[in-house]
Amino acid sequence: MSRAEVVEAPRRGPEAGPERRPSVLWSLGLFRSELITVLRRWRTLALLAVLAAVPILIGIAVRVDTGGRRGGGGGEGGPAFLAQITNNGLFLVFAALAATLPVFLPMAVGVVAGDAVAGEANSGTLRYLLVAPAGRTRLLLAKYASVLAFCLIATLVVAASALAVGALLFPLGEVTTISGTQISFADGLLRAVAIAGVVAVSLSGMAALGLFISTLTNSGIAAMATTVGLLITVQILGQIPQLHAIGPYLFPHYWLSFADVLREPVYWDQLVKNFELQALYVAVFGSAAWARFTAKDITA
Amino acid sequence: MGNSPAVIETHGLSKRFRGGQLAVNGLDLTVPRGSVFGFLGPNGSGKTTTIRMLMGLIEPTSGTARLLGSPMPKAARAVLPRVGALIEGPALYGFLSGRDNLLRYDAADPTADPRTRAARVTAALDRVGLAAAAGKKARAYSLGMKQRLGLASALLQHRELLVLDEPTNGLDPQGMREIRSLIRELAEDGTTVFLSSHLLDEIEQVCSHAAVMNQGRLVVQGGVAELAANARGRLVVTTPDTGAAARLLKERGIADVTVAGEDRVTSELPPDDVELADLNAELVRAGVRVRGFAAERASLEDAFVALTGEGFDVAG
Repeated sequence: MSRAEVVEAPRRGPEAGPERRPSVLWSLGLFRSELITVLRRWRTLALLAVLAAVPILIGIAVRVDTGGRRGGGGGEGGPAFLAQITNNGLFLVFAALAATLPVFLPMAVGVVAGDAVAGEANSGTLRYLLVAPAGRTRLLLAKYASVLAFCLIATLVVAASALAVGALLFPLGEVTTISGTQISFADGLLRAVAIAGVVAVSLSGMAALGLFISTLTNSGIAAMATTVGLLITVQILGQIPQLHAIGPYLFPHYWLSFADVLREPVYWDQLVKNFELQALYVAVFGSAAWARFTAKDITA
Repeated sequence: MGNSPAVIETHGLSKRFRGGQLAVNGLDLTVPRGSVFGFLGPNGSGKTTTIRMLMGLIEPTSGTARLLGSPMPKAARAVLPRVGALIEGPALYGFLSGRDNLLRYDAADPTADPRTRAARVTAALDRVGLAAAAGKKARAYSLGMKQRLGLASALLQHRELLVLDEPTNGLDPQGMREIRSLIRELAEDGTTVFLSSHLLDEIEQVCSHAAVMNQGRLVVQGGVAELAANARGRLVVTTPDTGAAARLLKERGIADVTVAGEDRVTSELPPDDVELADLNAELVRAGVRVRGFAAERASLEDAFVALTGEGFDVAG
């Protein structure tokens, strides 16, 4: 058990102030404070702005390329879903998520997760949070929860931006699934939300890895750079055919399985494998981060 | 336990960092409840490492530390809400306003009631004189304002113990006075204040007790009056006729007569049976033009030099 977490009943002398009975709900305040602090950083807003810009660029490029022609199917073999965008603006959501998931989204998560502990250590605010006392396990949990919330927010920013641009530049309507069947627009929208959820969950392993790296150093920049560097390395390793044996253990391996949500019926095999792999990363690097952070001397 | 006379108690507390350097060496420190305790030592003497161990930020290599009667760092969760701390200067979120910084630190305390948070933050800002600048981004604060905001974060709740590491760092003389009177005020309310500083006169002005660290070891601890009493005062004669004055003082059997500068002669105080006024009259009769004649009180600095045999500003 963490040394900071052994709760002893507070014993007070008669001169102590009024008894403060902590409520469990009060702990949510730390999570809220974490999330607000993350979202108020100029850097976070810049990352979200970049993510929001990606669907705009894709949308405009597709629009210009096809000159507004309906059913221009020239993009066969290009990035996923790109060809269908001109028929249905909703596909811009899927295309944008497919385009941002390999690099942009995890990079943003890597920056936020890498900075989570190391950045606070760097600025010295970590010591004041710990003597408040935030509690090491409680603080780490609040940090991880806020990084996960950021994963969801980042994904939703891409999806919302794509939906807005798609609706503006292209017609909306019934959705043709990958299996070839037609589903209603409302059903398609529901699947888009589900896909955003799957994408956010896909980033949870990366988030745990970033948080672990963040506990290793007192330099926020170093932690961010290492996390993003590791992401790029893993993405490259996944592309090398000779290393296919280790492929299934790399966290981005099943990322693009989210497309299976667009099959009729939904094809769960790869999705479940993705969730299992992410859960494994969360368990391994979450424990490592906890072990490291609860035993660490805070000298910054 | 809560009534234990000592709010801080360490036994054989030691810390060896990974480099093999022994930062704190077998520290036995006792801080009585209700005292204003000055923790003195040159830079690098192990003061901050000791404070970090007391606050549960770093784990001792050996020895024990008890804070408000409970072992640290084990009981951190129960003890630290009753302790306010300023450690190695303030640390703030530059992109947040002063008020938002305090709201964030208060949210980190699991025993802080969110319903009273806004009111407590306002009160703390008022107390350190930052109410007018509360809405300004902390990165625009001067060092003195940052120091005040750090103090405010230590005052967000009723505290039984305040641990203040160099609280007047970066403050102008007016700010120093304000902080000193704030410390006295808090002490009168019954809060024990543990104050680290390298400024001896600051400790002398506000503290009832003091401990001196040097190179990781505790040199001495006790009441400030007792510590100063260990060092004897000195006689200072201001005169242009230094040679004649020194000769006469030596003839009267006064020890350690030294000519300090062009118009100063200092010596140990004469034995108690010698009336100082007579000595002065004798000097005047011998034709020494006496401009000043005084028995200077021993300062804590003299006590420190007497105890360690070295100057205070030596880095450990």
